[in-house]
Amino acid sequence: MRKTALNEKTLLNIEKPARYTGGEFNSVMKDKERIAVRFAMCFPDVYEIGMSHLGIQILYHMFNQMEDVWCERVYSPWPDLDRIMREESIPLFALESQDPIRDFDFLGVTLQYEMCYTNILQILDLGGIPILQADRSDSDPIVIGGGPCAYNPEPIADFFDIFYIGEGETVYGELLRLYKEERHGNYSRAAFLRKAAKIPGIYVPSLYNVIYNEDGTIQSFTPMEEDIPAQIQKQVVMDLTSAPYPDRPIVPYIRATQDRAVLEIQRGCIRGCRFCQAGMIYRPTRERDPKTLMDYAARLLENTGYEEITLSSLSSSDYRSLKELTEFLVDYCKDERVNISLPSLRIDAFSLDVMSRVQDIYRSSLTFAPEAGTQRMRDVINKGITEEDILNGCASAFGAGWNKVKLYFMMGLPTETEADILGIAELAEKVAEKYYEIPKENRHGKCAVTASASFFIPKPFTPFQWSRMITKEECDEKARSVSAAFREQLNRKSMKFQYHAPDVSVLEGVLARGDRKLSAVILAAYRHGSVFDAWTEFFDISNWNDAFAETGIDPGFYTRERNLDEILPWDFIDIGVTKDFMKKEWERAKLARITPNCREQCSGCGASRFGGGVCYEREN
Amino acid sequence: MNARIKFSKTGAIRYIGHLDLMRCFQKALRRSAFPIAFTAGYSPHMVMSFAAPLGVGLISQGEYLDIELSEPITPFEAISRLNSALPEEIRILSFRVLDDKEKSGMAEVAAADYRVSFYGTALPGIDIEKSFLAFLAQPSIVIEKETKRSSKVVDIKPMILEGKAEGRDLFLKVLQGSRQNLNPALVAKAFFEFLKAPYDRYSFLLERVELYKNEGDEERPLLRPLDWSEE
Repeated sequence: MRKTALNEKTLLNIEKPARYTGGEFNSVMKDKERIAVRFAMCFPDVYEIGMSHLGIQILYHMFNQMEDVWCERVYSPWPDLDRIMREESIPLFALESQDPIRDFDFLGVTLQYEMCYTNILQILDLGGIPILQADRSDSDPIVIGGGPCAYNPEPIADFFDIFYIGEGETVYGELLRLYKEERHGNYSRAAFLRKAAKIPGIYVPSLYNVIYNEDGTIQSFTPMEEDIPAQIQKQVVMDLTSAPYPDRPIVPYIRATQDRAVLEIQRGCIRGCRFCQAGMIYRPTRERDPKTLMDYAARLLENTGYEEITLSSLSSSDYRSLKELTEFLVDYCKDERVNISLPSLRIDAFSLDVMSRVQDIYRSSLTFAPEAGTQRMRDVINKGITEEDILNGCASAFGAGWNKVKLYFMMGLPTETEADILGIAELAEKVAEKYYEIPKENRHGKCAVTASASFFIPKPFTPFQWSRMITKEECDEKARSVSAAFREQLNRKSMKFQYHAPDVSVLEGVLARGDRKLSAVILAAYRHGSVFDAWTEFFDISNWNDAFAETGIDPGFYTRERNLDEILPWDFIDIGVTKDFMKKEWERAKLARITPNCREQCSGCGASRFGGGVCYEREN
Repeated sequence: MNARIKFSKTGAIRYIGHLDLMRCFQKALRRSAFPIAFTAGYSPHMVMSFAAPLGVGLISQGEYLDIELSEPITPFEAISRLNSALPEEIRILSFRVLDDKEKSGMAEVAAADYRVSFYGTALPGIDIEKSFLAFLAQPSIVIEKETKRSSKVVDIKPMILEGKAEGRDLFLKVLQGSRQNLNPALVAKAFFEFLKAPYDRYSFLLERVELYKNEGDEERPLLRPLDWSEE
């Protein structure tokens, strides 16, 4: 019988014990006596969130295909279990074997959003692994981070042995081979890390020296030894079609946030929105072959029993074989009684037709992301969408029977004026008016236009990486103006305005563009009790205020506008897209000049160096 | 055409609640391309119902699920296809196509067998076999039953149809179903009170062993397992 790390009393006294008992269909069990490397893969948030993440399923599948590697999963214990584990000194364990993670060779942490940083410390702390990498010994696991936040790993540099920069399918094989070799001899963690640092894409923060100027900016960022690379090259999978894909993903017993089969159709985005990190770091855009995807779709559904399948990509409408693929899916899924969900689609005649065939129009809502309220502002951010596109899209959707629309916006964008944010309310009003233009007998009650606004957060490796981020007071002020403007609109009863919490947005802004000095702040906030910061019910800004005060660090230093010539904490990473290109884009943004997308015209961002993807489509 | 599936639920899957167990079966039925009927309408769902939901933490050798078939299937085929699509901690034990006039398991269930297994350290120095006989020999077994707003005093003895002890295990046959239902944990709790021992819910494992229907009448009940038929 499968053992459980937690006893019956604990399991029956916590919420959703199945978060911790493992044994899900398609989870992988191996004989640990015949395993060379034990890898604990962690998503530092609650099980239902972590199980919804495709990246982990890909790496889990890839690792477990290696005969002498056993990859298991670990997620953040919810506060109810966290308390019991501390009281009873229960070490954090992996789901499959239920063994403590401190006995593993590797702890891999996926870094999807900044607000999970304190959760990483919780994982290490409960796991009995020293929180600071400097305190770890040869018997502790190697702690390795990867994912989008690894593109500026500096704020969490003190907690990690290694960061993996780029896509996981590429150099893990090499890293594990090196580890096994080192394990055969007289293993020393320091020697392994020094050798690992020479593998492309592998960054070992403890081997780099950072010297600061008096004003706190970086004077130099250099490797401590000559043969350690000064620049880390992002790793990309150039042949996405033959990359490993999990056709037997784990099927959770409890309902995960994403409770469906996922088909990743492409990576990267041709659009080049200037605020978007994903749009830059995943360049060049690469597509998966539609025939392969059709085969995956059938296998995924057969192997999981899911009753829904979804497409994953940054912008599905830009996938060139979308029509072919969706037609196949619509036919296949109708026979199998499977639902299809189609996110990130531009709203046009084609997508409305597909959606009306696969969704319950009267219950579902359509989502548009104008991102800004005026055309000038949309040109600044290079969101290649016009007011006409949005209003025509809404009009066709209303005509086809939809009556719920969600609109996503950002406030606090560079060069933003009062007129730009009031434009959010005005655009929402125009959308609502489109609904009431259709004849009364064709309407289905009132329409519901929900506008959601987040505060713009400048992110590393975007043309806006030099921009300042607005303060909490400015956030409050802008939210007040827009809320007031909504109350003045003619169709206000059909409209709703909601916005993100300013406190947490500003903190995310600090962490996103932070440097190594922030590790002390994150640790102090954790010591004050911060964990699950991404959850409104647990986020407590006072812990963070205390942490900044104690460490003498001014958060304002990190939200300021950066000089074009200063060394940015993430400059040592080479994503292929050049800094020159981003500078040019930053200048064009200030002039509200748009840049064509990758398929219209190459703007020479630098990603063509990878030798494939959208950059070479015309040649094929 | 309806069919009744009997299955066991053991091991760590006992921490999965009833709704999640249902989702687990829905997925397994899809994985095995099982000929199950769907309801009509915009969002069709599988026609299935469990005879009696099992509480979180209990294991069982006698769970029942009724489904409507879209095509005939032999018991051998049904059992082997489902077992290969289910997690190992759920095993299909029997499969029987129901007569048209048979009621659903949920409507039929009248009684259940449970085993209460005390862990090694529980109830030290007590002769469980002897004490349980004395416990059952009481003229009434009165417990305080907590409801949402208040608590009331009930005599549960009439709801215990049979009881015996073997070693450290208690065996109980109790009323189960929509009319009268006795939670076996309440019997264990009353037993602790009888022994003047502090009640510890985590000192024993609860297992459902079988579910029964009444083939007789109220006066002279004739209990048969839910998958029993005259053939």
